[in-house]
Amino acid sequence: MNAPILKLFVLVLVLFAALAAMTSYNSVINAEEYRDNALNKRPQIEQALVKRGVIRARDGSLLARSVKGDDEIYRRRYPPLATRFAHAVGYDYALTIGRAGLERSRNDALAGEDDEITSLIEDLSGDRQVGDDVHTNLDPRAQQIALDALGDRRGAVVAIEPASGRVRVMASTPGYDPSALRDPDVFRRLNAQRNSPLFNRVTQAGYAPGSTMKIVTAAAALDSGRYSPDSTVSGRSPIIVSGVPLKNFSNQQFGAIPLTTALTKSVNTVWAQVAQTLGRERMADYMERFGFGSDLPLDYPDAQIFPSGVYDLKRSELIPVGSRRVDIGRVGIGQERLRVTPLQMAVVAATVANGGVRMKSRLTRRIVDQDGRTVERIEPARAERVLSRKTAEQLTQMMSDVVAEGTGTAAALEGIEVAGKTGTAELNIERRINQPWFVGFAPRSNPKVAIAVTLENVVGGQGGTVAAPIAKRVMQELLR
Amino acid sequence: MSARNRELFALIPASLLVTAGFAAVFIQRENLMSDLSLTYGAIFLALCVATHLVLRMTLPDADPYLFPLVAVLACFGLVMLYRLDEELARNQARWFVVGLVFFTATIVALRHDHRVLERYRYVIALGGMLLLLLPRLGTPTNGAYLSFDLGPIAFQPAEVAKIAIVIFLASYLRDTRQVLVLGARRIAGITFPPLKHLGPLLAVWGTAMALLFVIQDLGSALMFFGGFLALIYVATNRISFVVIGLALFALGARVLYALRPTIESRVEAWLHPFDPELYEREVGGSYQIAQSLFSQADGGFFGQGFGQAIIQLGDNPPILPAAHTDFIYAVITDELGLLGAVAVLLVYLLIVERGFKTAILAQDSFSKLLATGLTAVLALQVFVIVGGVTKLIPLTGVTLPFISYGGSSIVANFILLALLLLVSDRARREALT
Repeated sequence: MNAPILKLFVLVLVLFAALAAMTSYNSVINAEEYRDNALNKRPQIEQALVKRGVIRARDGSLLARSVKGDDEIYRRRYPPLATRFAHAVGYDYALTIGRAGLERSRNDALAGEDDEITSLIEDLSGDRQVGDDVHTNLDPRAQQIALDALGDRRGAVVAIEPASGRVRVMASTPGYDPSALRDPDVFRRLNAQRNSPLFNRVTQAGYAPGSTMKIVTAAAALDSGRYSPDSTVSGRSPIIVSGVPLKNFSNQQFGAIPLTTALTKSVNTVWAQVAQTLGRERMADYMERFGFGSDLPLDYPDAQIFPSGVYDLKRSELIPVGSRRVDIGRVGIGQERLRVTPLQMAVVAATVANGGVRMKSRLTRRIVDQDGRTVERIEPARAERVLSRKTAEQLTQMMSDVVAEGTGTAAALEGIEVAGKTGTAELNIERRINQPWFVGFAPRSNPKVAIAVTLENVVGGQGGTVAAPIAKRVMQELLR
Repeated sequence: MSARNRELFALIPASLLVTAGFAAVFIQRENLMSDLSLTYGAIFLALCVATHLVLRMTLPDADPYLFPLVAVLACFGLVMLYRLDEELARNQARWFVVGLVFFTATIVALRHDHRVLERYRYVIALGGMLLLLLPRLGTPTNGAYLSFDLGPIAFQPAEVAKIAIVIFLASYLRDTRQVLVLGARRIAGITFPPLKHLGPLLAVWGTAMALLFVIQDLGSALMFFGGFLALIYVATNRISFVVIGLALFALGARVLYALRPTIESRVEAWLHPFDPELYEREVGGSYQIAQSLFSQADGGFFGQGFGQAIIQLGDNPPILPAAHTDFIYAVITDELGLLGAVAVLLVYLLIVERGFKTAILAQDSFSKLLATGLTAVLALQVFVIVGGVTKLIPLTGVTLPFISYGGSSIVANFILLALLLLVSDRARREALT
């Protein structure tokens, strides 16, 4: 009977080898996949066992903190002030609904997972790992003014410091109370709501830019050397663009007018001709330099940043601007299937304000550890030179005229020169439903703030009458 | 060196392990080393030495490695349980004392000749089957009737019944193995055993099926039937008998699969552990197996260390259910990594090796079959639960011998060990003379 006993032992060896193989697969070979499984809340639980850092506004006021429960788990608490910054700060309910906003993009720092070596030392010394604090550039007063100005309308205001890219205001309405999301049912309800309160309109909404796009067209025209501010182009209306007649606002007629005048009066036919003359390639090049076509650099989750550009609206896919399917004349005046975020337009204004250099946008100012030491200072960083200094200066002059004597006078500040451009995208001409815009910066000579303001579905409103006054109030506060 | 002296020395690593293990848990918990860990180590060592002395007096020639290997598993299990819940570890330690009493009693009762068991084979078989039906009186856990409450203790009769069945089969096959082979007929290329000797064997098959049907315990059924096939194979050296047996089992299982929702949902959970609907299902879903896999994934190669696995937070429902029983292997993998888990498997493998070695050394057929059966059943039990926890096979709840929490499991496995040592003592003495 000994031979079969030996064979039986061999069988047991094989079975146990299979057990060891499965254990290897689970614990090592496929471990990463299991860790990333959506049903696996263990990585989030591990983070919730660590005291998460706080998030603060520019003036130091608290926007988010963590409180330990009876079950050793830290849970996020949002003070009333956080409601003001709901979209920028986001929320951290990792065990139920997930994370969004800065809570997501700065998770490594907040959870104390940014530095392998430090955490190893903390492990060895027995110190409990603690998260770092995130200090932001967000300005509670200016933010409140923006929210008040938007009121119960749907819209967005974003204000950036042109030289540093610091985001001072990021307002999107309607908003939400991040504390309420502790109840996942509230989250589900808000998520399904038609007016999308969880949606950050500053970074996620793609809107028709209307005439604000003419800043980009003018920049391309001047910087390419094909045009100067004094170059004249005929402003007659209508003209045929891509086989379809294009009219000026109220079908106004102009003779041969200089580009400065064409911007001040926002003459569609002039800018459509300029864009056509520049051609798809050159327009595509400048749009790309301004940041169109890809996620803008911002310390914010990629999933919450919408790239601006020309879209195949059925498939929600970007179409290359150089493509023959694109009507470049209409792109040049902000029509076609162009969709832009308020952040993108603020970045356009900031680039012009910063002498043609586009800076990376930043919500975070610095990251501070529990002993108050600054772990990381978020220094201003250049994204790219978009325009020559000369082009930027010429364009600034043209945009100043818009506010001084053109469509944007409502944004003018007492004693401070403002440069800007209005826009009114006509969404439904019969029902007079518009998307009004104001994009600009101030002070003209030494810009401290660049801004973009827009509102959804305003009946009869114009950029100059609806959006420009909001921009004025927010800029006034930020320049105080 | 004599067998018993070797055993004594082999116990030293076990004692060191238990001391180091408790020390690790203490350091983890209080950030300081308490001399309590040394106390636990000392008590455990004292128990081991006492058992060793019993063996020295009663079974001087028995295998010197079996007991130390079991001691390593037992102390390892105790440390794991201590880490999960001090109360559990204390209860388990008490059960070890009870287990050692049964161990000693078995050895003392059978020390002259364990073959007296053969005389009572039908009584033992009947007793085993009746035991199995007892849980039907109780309430099912996870859809299976696994235990019944005996006052404060939950008794799992399958643990004891597996030994009874092995004793019966070893004895029955000793008598009939010759006729099973000689009377066999070849029909269509397959060797069939003679019909008249098939009755008791079919009865065992029937019991396994009944196990499945009545108590809905696929794990125990697999264990019994696997042990049965192992014994048939060793007794007759006919692979065809094993094939026939497997076919019958598969047939029965297939029918039950269709009839019993418990088994079907287990298989579903095994195939699709991450299906959201199955994962959310309150009873019989895939939550447990999914959490077991996530827990193992946390372990990596070296593990997270004692006390680091996420099992339960406060008074919330546990994240990893049944961490002290069915899923203790997942906790081991989580905290001690692949390395620790494979080390545990190796200890079992060494026990299995000693068990089969004992069977080979044994002179008489009954002892050979008894040692083989007991070893095979133990190996299968480890395979069924570790295979279930690692998703090699569908999950069925049996204990991890000597490590999982559970009184009946400890007692039954110590009786199993006693029987193996009894066979070993006689076999080695006969081999020496």
